[in-house]
Amino acid sequence: MRAVITVIGKDTVGILHKVSGICANHNVNVIEVTQSVLQDMFAMIMMVDISRITSDFSALSDEMTTLGKEQNLAIHCMHEDIFNSMHKI
Amino acid sequence: MLNSFDILETIRMIQDECLDIRTITMGISLLDCIDPDIDKACEKVYNKITSKAAHLVEVGEQIEKEYGIPIVNKRISVTPIAMLAAACPNENPVKFALTLQRAADTCRVNFLGGYSALVHKGFSAGDLALIKSIPEALSVTNNVCSSVNIGSTRSGINMDAAKIMGEVVLESAKITADRQCIGPAKLVVFCNAVEDNPFMAGAFHGVGEPDCEIHVGVSGPGVVRAAITKYPDATIDELADVIKKTAFKITRMGQLVGARASKMLGVPFGIVDLSLAPTPAVGDSVAHILEGMGLEQCGTHGTTACLALLNDAVKKGGVMASSNVGGLSGAFIPVSEDQGMIDAAKAGTLTLEKLEAMTAVCSVGLDMIVVPGDITPETISAIIADEAAIGMVNNKTTAVRLIPAIGFEQGDTLEFGGLLGSGPVMPINRKSPAKFISRGGRIPAPMHSIKN
Repeated sequence: MRAVITVIGKDTVGILHKVSGICANHNVNVIEVTQSVLQDMFAMIMMVDISRITSDFSALSDEMTTLGKEQNLAIHCMHEDIFNSMHKI
Repeated sequence: MLNSFDILETIRMIQDECLDIRTITMGISLLDCIDPDIDKACEKVYNKITSKAAHLVEVGEQIEKEYGIPIVNKRISVTPIAMLAAACPNENPVKFALTLQRAADTCRVNFLGGYSALVHKGFSAGDLALIKSIPEALSVTNNVCSSVNIGSTRSGINMDAAKIMGEVVLESAKITADRQCIGPAKLVVFCNAVEDNPFMAGAFHGVGEPDCEIHVGVSGPGVVRAAITKYPDATIDELADVIKKTAFKITRMGQLVGARASKMLGVPFGIVDLSLAPTPAVGDSVAHILEGMGLEQCGTHGTTACLALLNDAVKKGGVMASSNVGGLSGAFIPVSEDQGMIDAAKAGTLTLEKLEAMTAVCSVGLDMIVVPGDITPETISAIIADEAAIGMVNNKTTAVRLIPAIGFEQGDTLEFGGLLGSGPVMPINRKSPAKFISRGGRIPAPMHSIKN
């Protein structure tokens, strides 16, 4: 089972560190990270493995949302199924 | 493998284009709660709803977090209450409405639909008592919705019921006049009502449905609007293709959420209703899609054609995305819930007559339209009859949800707040249809109802 974490907003120091730190706390393994600039927005997409997650997925999602609010970034933490179902036949 | 374009597209749809799951609706059969003692029946109703839907809101919130997609409403639909009221002939059915409200509060759902009667061919025991109690029921409850089916392609139109419903709609507005006439905003008069509709105010759980099931209503006018504005010079058939592709993606999301909710709740998955349901939020308007196709304002000549194209393309795209499509499935045109429609109605571009034409090609009917408070019950009945005739002859669901603005005048606006929005008082035709309505009886079913 995998999830996608996206971070969109203005670039700040240490954001990757903070996001991956939360992942580590929940025993969530980072598989892949990509980064791109879309229009004037910085966008980071992180694919993570949640099969050995030690907490509830919603707890991880809540922590990411809180971090996003603190840092003024839009952080979304979503199960990969939603992307697979929307974009693949 | 997922690519970043797809991921960002999904996030943009949710964040900027108002994509959401409009509702997860649990349909619950109350047939096993029928009892000649109304207090016992109410107790059974309360217990059944609160046990079946105990975790509905909780599961909805969990799915929201898991997939990062907002689920705006969690709702319940139940067996038409007239069937329960039939067993207790000397009691006031409003007791059921109060029980439903209590159950809705316990389950924390946004709406509970099913204070309903199906009278398309005639009244059976309980039907008349329930219909007459609707104004009171809607005034003493907040979250209970009511609907009455007065016609169908198979059976024709029950004009006695149309006559009564004109009075019921007006009375509902009168006794809630101190609350922006909110009563009739929770009341739908149908022709060809569907049994598995997850959308309010017209949701009820049909007798042909299983004991308990989960339906999902998707939305996404903002996404469709954003998609078509990317193709300003596309031909109409190219535009239809763009809408189809968008509808497919939206519906797949609904299918995913419905399947997940059904699994988590241990309840069979009913249907996905692939409707484009607008909200008053900026960028979530069906009228703006039509304007995006090239109309200066919704309601002008060409509106019906654009809506027909939109409604059809939404269905074609959605049908492939879900194994079980049902409910109303199409584009909704509720005036007060759609910023583009509100603007067009205020400007006088969108009239009641044009809306009536639009209902021949949209998914439902005359929805959330504010009419002058001095409208006669006969005129409301005649509007209902006109709308039912469109549904009956065209083999489609039509509905009427009119709000007579008691104490307001043309040019005023009713403010309902929330998803119900606000609506300007729209002009009506003042010539009387009273003689026609007073005749009573039934409009026979059309020729093409004889299919076997």
